[in-house]
Parts: sequence; C-alpha cells; structure tokens
Amino acid sequence: MVMKSVILGAAAAVLLAGTALAQEIQPAVVYDLGGKNDKSFNEAAFIGAEKFKAETGIDYRDFEIQNDSQREQALRNFARRGANPVIAIGFLHANALEKVAKEFPDTSFAIVDMVVDLPNVRSILFKEHEGSYIVGKLAAMASESGKVGFVGGMDIQLIRKFACGYKQGVKETKADAEIFENMTGSTGAAFNDPVKGGELAKSQIDRGADVIYHAAGATGLGVLQAAADAGKLGIGVDSNQNALHPGKVLTSMLKRVDVAVEKAFTDAKDGKWTSGIYSLGLAEGGVDWALDDNNKALITEEMKSAVDQAKADIISGKIAVHDYMATESCPF
Amino acid sequence: MTAGQLPRWVDYGLMPALNVAAAFLVSGLVVLLIGENPVEAVKVLVWGSLGRNEGIGFTLFYATNFIFTGLAVAIAFHAGLFNIGGEGQAYLGGLGVALACLALDRYVPWWVTLPFAVLGAAAFGAAWAFIPAILQAKRGSHVVITTIMFNFIAASLMVYLLVNLLSKRGSMQPETRTFESGGRLPLLQDVLPGTDFGSAPVNFSFLLALAACLLVWIVVWRTRLGYEIRTFGANPVAAVYAGISPLRITVVTMLMSGGLAGMMAINEIMGSQHRLLIEFVSGYGFVGIAVALMGRAHPVGIVFAAVLFGMLYQGGAELAFEMPTITRDMIVVIQGLVILFAGALEHMFRPALLRIFGVLAARPAPAA
Repeated sequence: MVMKSVILGAAAAVLLAGTALAQEIQPAVVYDLGGKNDKSFNEAAFIGAEKFKAETGIDYRDFEIQNDSQREQALRNFARRGANPVIAIGFLHANALEKVAKEFPDTSFAIVDMVVDLPNVRSILFKEHEGSYIVGKLAAMASESGKVGFVGGMDIQLIRKFACGYKQGVKETKADAEIFENMTGSTGAAFNDPVKGGELAKSQIDRGADVIYHAAGATGLGVLQAAADAGKLGIGVDSNQNALHPGKVLTSMLKRVDVAVEKAFTDAKDGKWTSGIYSLGLAEGGVDWALDDNNKALITEEMKSAVDQAKADIISGKIAVHDYMATESCPF
Repeated sequence: MTAGQLPRWVDYGLMPALNVAAAFLVSGLVVLLIGENPVEAVKVLVWGSLGRNEGIGFTLFYATNFIFTGLAVAIAFHAGLFNIGGEGQAYLGGLGVALACLALDRYVPWWVTLPFAVLGAAAFGAAWAFIPAILQAKRGSHVVITTIMFNFIAASLMVYLLVNLLSKRGSMQPETRTFESGGRLPLLQDVLPGTDFGSAPVNFSFLLALAACLLVWIVVWRTRLGYEIRTFGANPVAAVYAGISPLRITVVTMLMSGGLAGMMAINEIMGSQHRLLIEFVSGYGFVGIAVALMGRAHPVGIVFAAVLFGMLYQGGAELAFEMPTITRDMIVVIQGLVILFAGALEHMFRPALLRIFGVLAARPAPAA
C-alpha cells in the first residue's frame, strides 16, 4: 500500500514537474476546523502564507478540513501531489501527521502547537504562558479596581495554559489582586461565540473587573467589544487586536504563527529546512506583547519598563513562568 | 393501487432520484455563479468518490456513519418520534466504545473486544436517549427539544471527562491514549479478500452497519414490537385503544434509536481513530436526519442515501482540493441543497408524478 502511494506520488510529481520547475517549491497548509478566516489562530497562519506569496511570488495550496477523517486525507493528498513543505496548523493534526510523515519520508512537514518526533517533521511550539505572564503584569498595573478578568474559549489544556501564565503575571505584580476566570464552553463553538464572550465579560465587569484578557478566538471579539462599551480595557490574543477598539485594548498577546509559517516556507525555499522542535517563547520572538499607536497612551513609562524588565528576566531565566502542561495544574 | 398512491418504485426510486437531480442542477448554477465549470465539478466529485479505490473506501467509510445515524432517526420516525439527539448519543457511544477498548485492548484480540465495544456503544447511546424518552412519555416534554439539549450536555460531559480524567498526562490533546491492536477493527480490505481501498479507513464496521440494517428491518416489519411501534407512530390514540402502552413504546423506541446512534462511534473510534477524541461526531448525527428522510425511513433506502451522502463528503473534499475556488463552505451549500430538496421539499414532484401515473394507471392494462 505504501509502495503504491509512493508510485502514485511519483506520478503526481512528474505531472507537476512543469509547475515545479517554474517555482522551486510547492508549499501547502492544512488548517484546523476553525478555517482560515477565524480572525485568530488559523488566520495568523493564512496571513503568514499570504505574506510569503506576496514576497516571493510562489503560490501555495491550502485546505480547510471539515471533519477529523480529512486531516490524514488532506495531508496525504498534498504529499502525494508533490507539495513540499506541508504545514499542519493545530495540535489535533498530530496523529494524522505522524502516519503520513512516515509514508512520505522525503517530504518535509511541520506542525504547529504539537511535537511529532520524526526526522522530516518540524514541530513548532509557542510558550503562550510567557506571553500571558507579560500581559498579566500589564493588566495588574493598569487595573484600578485590583480586579482583572480572563475569558477562555474551549475548556482545554491549551487555554488553561494561557490562563495560568496570566494569573501568575497578575499575582506576582499585585499579590492581592482578584482574578475572575471563565471558559466560554465545551465545544469548538466556544471559539466562535462573540455574544457569549460579551456576556461573560459583562458579568466580570459587574463584579468589578476593569481589565479583561481573552484567549477565545472569535469569541474574544465580543469580550473586547463589551470591555470597550463599558469603558474598561480588553487584552487581545494571537494577532495584534489593538486596532479593533483603539484606546480600549490595553495590549495584545502575540502568538506569531504567521512568522512561523512564513519562516518554514522560506527555509524550504532557501534549502535551509531543518526538522526538530522549535519552541518559540519571548526569547525567540514567538510570543510578545503589542505596543503601537493605538495603545501607547495606555502604557505608562513605568509599565513599559516593568514589562521590559520582566521580559528580560524571563529570557534570562530569573523568572520561571509556570507551564500548565508540565504539571496539568495551576498553582495560582 | 388506490388513488393518490404511487407505485413503490416511483416512491422509493424515481422521486428521490428527481430530488437529487434537482439539487445538483441548482448546485450547478451556484458553481457557475462563482465562475467554475459545473460539469467539471461534478466530474471531480463523482471521480473523487467512486472513481478510485481509495475514493470508494472513503465514501463507504462515511456511509457507515450515516447508516447508523440514519437508522437511529428512522426507527424513531416509525414511532412518530423525532430524535435529533443522534449527535450527543453518538458522542456518548464513543465513551462506551473507548472504555471497552481501553480495558481490553492489551489482553485480547479485536474480535473479543468488539462485542463489548458494541455493547458499550449501544448501552451508552441508549442511556443518553433514556431521559428524553422518559420525559416525553411521562411529562410530555417534547423529544425534539430535550434531545437537542442533551447534545449540549453530552458535549460538556465529554469535554470534562477528556480534559480532566481520560487524557494522557502531559499531552495538550483532549483525547485518550491510542488503542493497541486489540482495540482496532481490521480494515475492510483485510476482511474481504480481493478488495483494495488504498489508505481509506473503511473497516469491519461497514459490515456491522449492514447487519444493523437487516436487524432494524426485522424488528420494524417482522416483529410484534415493530407492529406496535408503527401503529403508535401512525395513530397514537388508536394504539392506546388497541392496548399498546405509549410509555413502553416511546421508551423502547428511543432506547433503540439512541443505541443505533451510539454504534456510529464503533466506526469512528474503534475503526478509524483508535482513540477517543474530542468532537469526533462532527455533524454525522445531524446528517442522519437527512439520510433517514431521504431513505424514506427504510433500511434499503437508508443505505442508498448514506452512500450518496458519503459521496458528497468524500467527493466534496476532493472538489475543495482540486478547485480551490470551491471552498468547503461551497460543499456545505451543495450538501444543504441536497438536504433541502430530498428532505424539506420531498413532495415537490409528487403532484406531477401522481398526475402522470394516475393517467397511466387509468388506462386499461393491455392483456394483464
């Protein structure tokens, strides 16, 4: 069966040779269930791929899956038709990728948010807890009431990782600060429910919160809206969301999936592809906080120097931010 | 044949075919509208789903899911109950399958695990349908409302279990460990000699689905219980008058319905994914409603409708792959049109067909 796929793959490669000559590589992206226009995680990957296309003129192919069985199918289809490298967005692709990457040892694969330990796979991880710590610190400093909020999307480990880093950042800045934490739901829809996000934010505001951080995809758009409407501050996630409500978004925790995707494509194009684990934290520029014209009035000199210090301390290892995944519990 | 009735082959064959043809015509217009060639699109869709061994394998794999969820909806239909909780019942069924597999996979071969997995799937699925059934029978709370609510409760329960209790330690994925060989069904190509479905995940549970069809047919049309179910569905008042207990029929039918929906998980969990993972049902339960409607709640019709939807799923994926301008949302539009024409507008062609066949039947049959 594997033999047959290889032959088919070779046949496809021959068919595609015409285009392959015109452009050196045939990159491909497989998005997760959220789809490429989710205004958040998948969209960041899409933006990275688009940026690569704009800069190099090399076209890429992509696929938005509809169910779990399509993960393996899409990855295999791309590999078989000579796409290289193939990037899977989201940890749910891990099992499918492991299977397909073994079948196509000459194709380079990458996966975001998960480790697949194979010689032809680049595993891209982000230290979301570090970025969350930083925005937690900012939240604690910006808060006047001493109460801050967190709205997560689906209640899974990954989102708890965001929450835990944030809580540590808040507590280590202001020990007596109160933190309200809500998850939106238990299905994938929890990442796509701005109305409920807004309601959760409102209830946290009613309890006294004046800064609210979200890690909830499109649900978070409702969180930021509710905070802005109430004259409070929101904190964005994944992409730079400061511009959504200028002056009402304290900052955004950036998770640079776009950079990771673009870099993977560029490395493949330049023949510099390397496999292995890429753990991208503050030190590597994989996570960061956003400061631009929209929020610079909100960030005082004192806040900026405090987070710059914290950032340096995390990079040097002086501050250890707790990773929820390591213990599956949050001490804060 | 009485007036107003159509020959069976028209009712079960010609009319669904016309409905599908109409759906494809309208879909073709939509494809044309976004600037692609509809003939080419149909070619990709059919070739992708039936033209290659692997495509056929995927089509049958999806069809297996749809047969189970379609049967679940159909059997409830016969009792006049509208079970739209297949989604949640299948999700819970997955828990039953996974528990059986996790307990046994390291010690026994798959064919020992299978009966326990089937039992687990059916029992958990049925249990999830039990409360709505009791509420309907005793309190008159409509199953349409309660079953759909139970879908959400199922989602919350499963996330809780997967995130807090069942997931592997240190893993970000809300899923159980991968089953060993004792928890994996063999692929269909390994069971049926001489078949080759490439890397498609179609497996032994396809045969299980066909067996379930036969079983449902026997129960509904060849047993006393089935007669009671159909009587209750056709006229509840008359059924009570005839001494049939509404409580018993409602509960028993819903249990069977939930059990069948739960069995869908055998295909996904034990047959393909080999682990319990979050949101694995992803809409198969709802598509089962369309499959049951289209198959006229008859097992044979359901098999055909399930294969058609399997084609739409598999061919649709190929289409989205081959023609990037046709996104996955377009595929949903096409599937939606099929559901619309086959389900909601199923009687659109009926008056015309009645007229045609009425005229034909009125003619004296020559020498017969």
